[in-house]
Amino acid sequence: MSDHDTLYSTKLQDKVERSTLLMFVFTAIAVAVGGIVEIIPLFYLPNTAMCQNDPTCNNTQHKDANGNVIPMDKIIWNPETSAHKTLNDWAPGDGVRPYKPLELAGRNVYIREGCFLCHSQMIRPFRDEKDRYGHYSIAEESMYDHTYQWGSKRTGPDLARLGGKYSDEWHRRHLKYPRDVVPESVMPNYFWLEAKPVDVAETVQTMKVMTIMPFNPVPKTIYTEEYIGGAAAELEGKTDMDALIAFLQGLGNHVKFEEGVNYRD
Amino acid sequence: MAATQATPVKYDMEVVRWFTIAAAIYACVGTLIGVYVASELAWPFLNFDLEWITFGRLRPLHTNAVIFAFGGCALMATGFYIVQRTGSTALWSNKLAWATFIGWNLIIVSAVVTLPLGWTSGKEYAELEWPIDIAIAVVWLMYGFNYIMTIGIRKTSHIYVSNWFTMGMIVMITYLHVVNSMAIPVSMTNSFSIYSGVQDAMIQWWWGHNAVGFYLTGGFLAIMYYFVPKQAGKPVFSYRLSVLHFWALSFGYVWLGAHHLQYTALPDWTGSLGAAVSLAMIIPSWGGAMNGMMTLSGAWDKLRTDYILRFLVVALAFYAMSTFEGPVMSIKTVNALSHYTDWTVGHVHSGALGWMAMVAYGAMYHMVKKLWGVEKMYSEGLVNVHFWLATIGTVVYVVAMWVSGIMQGLMWRDYDEYGTLTYTFVESVSAMHPYYAMRAIGGLIFNIGTWIALYNIVMTVRTASAARSASAVPANA
Repeated sequence: MSDHDTLYSTKLQDKVERSTLLMFVFTAIAVAVGGIVEIIPLFYLPNTAMCQNDPTCNNTQHKDANGNVIPMDKIIWNPETSAHKTLNDWAPGDGVRPYKPLELAGRNVYIREGCFLCHSQMIRPFRDEKDRYGHYSIAEESMYDHTYQWGSKRTGPDLARLGGKYSDEWHRRHLKYPRDVVPESVMPNYFWLEAKPVDVAETVQTMKVMTIMPFNPVPKTIYTEEYIGGAAAELEGKTDMDALIAFLQGLGNHVKFEEGVNYRD
Repeated sequence: MAATQATPVKYDMEVVRWFTIAAAIYACVGTLIGVYVASELAWPFLNFDLEWITFGRLRPLHTNAVIFAFGGCALMATGFYIVQRTGSTALWSNKLAWATFIGWNLIIVSAVVTLPLGWTSGKEYAELEWPIDIAIAVVWLMYGFNYIMTIGIRKTSHIYVSNWFTMGMIVMITYLHVVNSMAIPVSMTNSFSIYSGVQDAMIQWWWGHNAVGFYLTGGFLAIMYYFVPKQAGKPVFSYRLSVLHFWALSFGYVWLGAHHLQYTALPDWTGSLGAAVSLAMIIPSWGGAMNGMMTLSGAWDKLRTDYILRFLVVALAFYAMSTFEGPVMSIKTVNALSHYTDWTVGHVHSGALGWMAMVAYGAMYHMVKKLWGVEKMYSEGLVNVHFWLATIGTVVYVVAMWVSGIMQGLMWRDYDEYGTLTYTFVESVSAMHPYYAMRAIGGLIFNIGTWIALYNIVMTVRTASAARSASAVPANA
């Protein structure tokens, strides 16, 4: 036995390690601190896209090159102030909006098939990422993404600004047999998505759930009862493939980015 | 009384035996699925156009199988073993331990069924859907409550250091699982996180990194602090260092999750804070690794003959290596290159294969001998074969991912003389092919080792049982 055994570190440590309760309590406190410090401020500080019932999103201020504050409704679509009042009228550049029914169904497919395991949706503020994918992603762009889809790996390219880059037909061919379009691709074939009808009931239920989220719910002024009621008709006869393409085509074109604006801090 | 002193404690070890065997089986299955999904990336025809085995659906099954099935059973086996032996007491409730065994395995079965069906919450390393999440919470609390109550009824005055680490794991995993799994269901098989965007990302990586920090590190450090001294026949090198190791790790590890989100839309301060604490964590991590290594001082010669000790020592070497690599990767300039690449995958596997699996196997071999009362494994030579397959397999895997990861990162950011991007994305994909093949081979080598271990363990158990029934016959006659 070495002399280490005759030593103890401090009287407090000695007391703690003789008591199950003290050990439990001290440990439970020690492991809680880091998470509290890092997570809770994200619910009340600016630049975190926490916008529920608050048009300023915790006083987030993105400023243009002249130092003028850009109104948040230029970044997050607000039907009250926008020229376009409904989701069907909304046009790219009007600001971040919730998903349309078919896109939401497509997003369910995207999650189900684990697309996020190989494709990120989070562009970093680097020159090469700007050249390759487009403007860096901002917090507001994923504020309606319950179960965020930023991803952590790029086995395939980032998809955050995919919308409108390719035609629907390109997507269809590529999703069905990726190597027909991109010979070096390692993506699985997803032709079988064409044989699967969209799950209408689940998509409608998803819309309802999105309006009751405790954080950043979809405003009921956008997903009105009427709008949700009309979703089923819109989804009728569509396949998972149609839905996924609709989702991909809606990615990343919501905000009209201006030169010289710092959209993050 | 002298009489009670002389009575040996009757431990509840049957459930430990079952958890040990289950861990040995799940290691084979989990790494085999890993080899398969790795091969799908090298040779995509292996998806066979079957939706249930596409990469996107099988990859979560691989991670869940190795982390929760193999890792979980190894942790529960060693945990129940250590808490009884260090406290000189039987379990608080043997029945609850059996319920934990059955519950945990039912969860594993449900993962095997639901993940290939595409029932996923879409959160990395927390993919299982909400009904299973509730079951996990219940079974985890059953395990934790039983464990802590067993500490409570210990006969020794101090709580042994391994039990601190396990207690930290029990508490932290409960926090993480409950907060991260908060979701609103839309059906029995689908649900959505109550958080979105920035908040969801931070909570997800708070979970993701601390599942690593408290489950795959803390839990396995509990194994290290018990089995390294036992196998070496020496006390832990420094008690004070273990105190420092435990409290620094428990307090510090929690902050690291944010380093997974450098340069994302997460506010800058959060990622930087995570990275700063990550760098500081090198000190306690290396302190702990040294504490394990130095426990062998005066007993290094045993490495020549004791193959189990080899597992434990190499595990500590990988622990030290990974806990240096991790903080380096969290530095912003390095992270700018390494994030989104295979380097991350390599880092995870140097931890998961090199540290976690190696230390678990060291403990499992040690326990099998004690649990079935044998002096030697069925074949000590096969333990050595397994050791070399595991080591070589891990090195091949990790080196492949280092090369491919750094190459990917450099290709993506490379500009030619005209100021345009040198490579298209898909050129980086095709450049990865040889390394993806090499990774699959490394994984396969590791996987072969796990089957050898399973064979060796099963044969040891069979031989021990046969010997026991043979010796029982004359006694009855």
